[in-house]
Parts: sequence; structure tokens; C-alpha cells
Amino acid sequence: MDFDFEKYKTQGIKVNYYYICKRKLWLYDKGICFEKNFDRVLQGKILHKNAFQREEHKDMLIDEMIKIDIVSADHIKEIKISSKMKNPDIMQLLYYLFYLKQLGISKKGTINYVKEKKVVEVELTEEDEKEIKSALINIRQILMMKKPPEIKKLPYCKKCAYYEFCYAKEVD
Amino acid sequence: MYKDYYIFSNGKISRKENTIYFEDKEENKKPIPIEQIERLHFFGEIDLNTKFIGLISQYDIILNFYNYYGYYIGSYLPRKKNVSGLLIVKQSEGYIFHEKRLFFAKCFVESAVFHILRNLRNYKGKTDEVIKEIEEEKQNIFKAREIDELMGIEGRIRKRYYESFSLFLNNDFGFSKREKRPPTDPLNALISFGNGMMYNTVLGEIYKTQLDPTISYLHEPSSKRFSLSLDIAEIFKPLIVDPVIFYLINNRMLKEDDFDIEEGICFLNDEGKKKFIKEYQNKLETTIKHRSLNRKVSYRTLIRLECYKIIKALIEDEPYKPLKAWW
Ligand code: SF4
Repeated sequence: MDFDFEKYKTQGIKVNYYYICKRKLWLYDKGICFEKNFDRVLQGKILHKNAFQREEHKDMLIDEMIKIDIVSADHIKEIKISSKMKNPDIMQLLYYLFYLKQLGISKKGTINYVKEKKVVEVELTEEDEKEIKSALINIRQILMMKKPPEIKKLPYCKKCAYYEFCYAKEVD
Repeated sequence: MYKDYYIFSNGKISRKENTIYFEDKEENKKPIPIEQIERLHFFGEIDLNTKFIGLISQYDIILNFYNYYGYYIGSYLPRKKNVSGLLIVKQSEGYIFHEKRLFFAKCFVESAVFHILRNLRNYKGKTDEVIKEIEEEKQNIFKAREIDELMGIEGRIRKRYYESFSLFLNNDFGFSKREKRPPTDPLNALISFGNGMMYNTVLGEIYKTQLDPTISYLHEPSSKRFSLSLDIAEIFKPLIVDPVIFYLINNRMLKEDDFDIEEGICFLNDEGKKKFIKEYQNKLETTIKHRSLNRKVSYRTLIRLECYKIIKALIEDEPYKPLKAWW
């Protein structure tokens, strides 16, 4: 199967959100987002800046599309606060590895969970590549939808920045 | 917790690194903790500079300015960091298509009238007749086909509502009817001041979303005011402002000497403003258990939730149903 990467490439955060909630992905893509006052996001940013002070290539914007936290000779590193959303984080990193591979660069990845001082190693397998491709195709489809995907009750809805948006209704 | 800060004195405001200071005419310098500010309200004459504007913009703080009489002059809103083109298109669609516009406009009026009647029912025995009249007039909301008609109905209801205030207030300060510009008696001054505060509060909540405050449905989109704020304020004026007024007057907390009259214009003086704002803030922070969120939310949050519901209707996620206070 020919996969036209140019057509499907997207920002890493969207791959992340795709694995969290398709509705969140759609809303975020349309610019409807409410994260601003969220302390954890703020905290994340500060941590982000302070940790890894000696590393050289921080916040690398590649291809004007993906922004990788830290790039070293053979690794890319993503910094996350906690491992609560482990799978989406891993998929995001795998996507970066996949992206780089399309550019002819092959690397390994690690996710550094700052709070838990945990490091997860990630390598891109053929299986992963298949998964990423199908995710990218689905993401494109979701973003073309005329209205947002319906709410699917998820265990983390209550902690989501969209919780009030999604669940505010008038009850009769 | 982010808070509203109100500055009544004249003076100057400055920034030193990450702290802002207010200095009054007597050169008393007072720091204001920036992490805790959500909005700053200036009632006095204030000098400020761009260094200050730069800092508060980083923190997304809104500045509201009021004139000598306490009337709102304008706001400084930091540049929006996220906008939604799609939503603006949808918001405009809601205005262009008559049916959609009429639907939103009716919802706002319906909710406003619901809260008006809710207030009047608190004074049963004194207000039975006016309740009956308003309930009759209310039926016309659903029949209206044009925005003008709807505005007319709303205007008549509001007129009857205001006229009934003297039936249950234990001091009406000689009030007979609502007059907007300029108010010449204390009750009119109070209502104008309160409605002005509400307009600001709603604007602040709209600003937290991607709604464009200039595109509105009941009020004609105007170039002078953020008319969406006027629309949404209709719902909340009788729910938030009016009960504060009733409370302050019936508990004899506001008296004649909290008002000044100059050149025929009546307005709350600093003492009066402080009293009103204190109760108004209390009201905004009062929480109720929200039925669909299943958590406590403040009256202020209810305003933001109203914005959310409007957004959801515009992006065809869920039909809009306006707030009708259930507690
Ligand atoms: S609250 Fe739940 S449904 Fe809504 S965006 Fe968040 S995760 Fe998705």
C-alpha cells in the first residue's frame, strides 16, 4: 500500500489526543480549547524548562510540523509530567520516530516522566508503523467531520479540561 | 484562586519585575500579587504604562475602567492566544439565518423572564398581579416572528418588573420608573451600576472562550458595545444583580448617603460602590450543585457554562437550552 505521508502528517499533540479522545482531538483542531487556566499545564511548562538544563537541542521544531522536546545524537526525548496517559504519550513519540524515518533519520526515543522519575524506552517496529499509518488516516477523517464526535464517557472525562464543556447541560 | 481587584482611589500603577504596585496620591505603595489577579477594576484616575500592560497581558488579566460616576468606560483585553475561525463562521451563520437568530434571541428572553418571575415569586402576596401580567405577556415570546417584536415584549416585561420594585422594597428612594441615561434617583443609579458590572462579568467569561463578543442575536451586533455580552447578561441580570439590590436595600445596608447627586446625575459614591461590589462578589462566588456536572459550580461559572452551551449549539453538537435556575 502506498502511503502518502505528506497528505496525512499532522502535529504530535493531535496523535496524542487521538489516543485520548476523538472529540477532544476534533475540538482542539478547531481551536476550541480551554486549557489556559489549567495548573497542571502551567506546571508542565515550568518543569519542562528547568529539567535537562544541559541538553543542547531543546524544543526542536522539525519540518515546521512537529516539535520535539530534546534531540540528541541517537535519541529523541519527550518530557511528560506523569505517566497517567502512558499510551497516548508512547504513540506520540512513536509518531515522531515514524516522522523522522520519513525524513530519512532513524533514532530511538525515551519518555521521561519527571514526577515519577521514570524513563520509558521506545523503538519503532514494523507493527507500530502500521498502527501509526492507520491512526493518521483516521485522524484526517475525524478532522474533516462537520461536527464534533459525540461524547463517549471515558474514565478520565472528569479530569479533562473539556469536562465542563462536554457535560454542561440543562436537566429537565 | 483568581480574584477581581477593585481600585477606588486615584494614583498610579507600575511594574517592577514580576510584581505590580499601586501607589496612591499620598505615595502609599501597595503590591498586588499578580498570580492572584483575574481582573483589575479601576474606578479612580489611574496612570499606567506599557511595561505594566506587557506583564498583565502575559497573565491574561483584563482591565476594566470606569468613569467618575462608576459607569463603565471600556476594557483592555490581552490578545487572544487561541481563536477559532470555525466558531466565528458558525456564529455568523447563527446571525444570518433568521430562524437560528430568532431561536437564540427567544432563548435569552425566555430565560430572562423565567428569572424575573422567579424573583417576583419571592414576594408573593405583594406581586401576584404583576406576576400574572408578565406570565400573559410571556406567551407572546413564543409567537414572535421578528427580533423587534421580541425586543418589544422584553421591554414591556422589564418595565412592569421594574415598576413593581416599590411593592417589595422597604425603601424605594422615590423610584417610579426605570430611566437609563442618566439616572436621577438612587434606585436607577443602582440598577445601572449593577447592570454595568454584569456586562463586564459576562464579557470576562466570554473572553475565556472562543466566542466572538461582537456577534449577537437578541441585540443587533453593534460597533460600540460587545453585544453578545448584552445578550447573555439578559439571563444573568435578574439572577445575580437584582437579588443583590433587593438584599442591600431590604436589609438597610444601602442608604441615601451612599449616593451622591451632581448636576442632576445620581450615582453610588465610593462607600456605596464598595457595598454593592462586596455583595455582588459574594453572589458570584456562591456555589450550587450542578445537576449534569455533578459538582459544585459558582454563579460566575454558570455564565461560562452558558457560553459553552451556545458554542455547542453553534457547532451543531447539541441544541441550546438556556439556563433556568432550578434551585
Ligand atoms: S470530557 Fe471526555 S468526552 Fe469530553 S473531550 Fe474530555 S475526554 Fe473527551
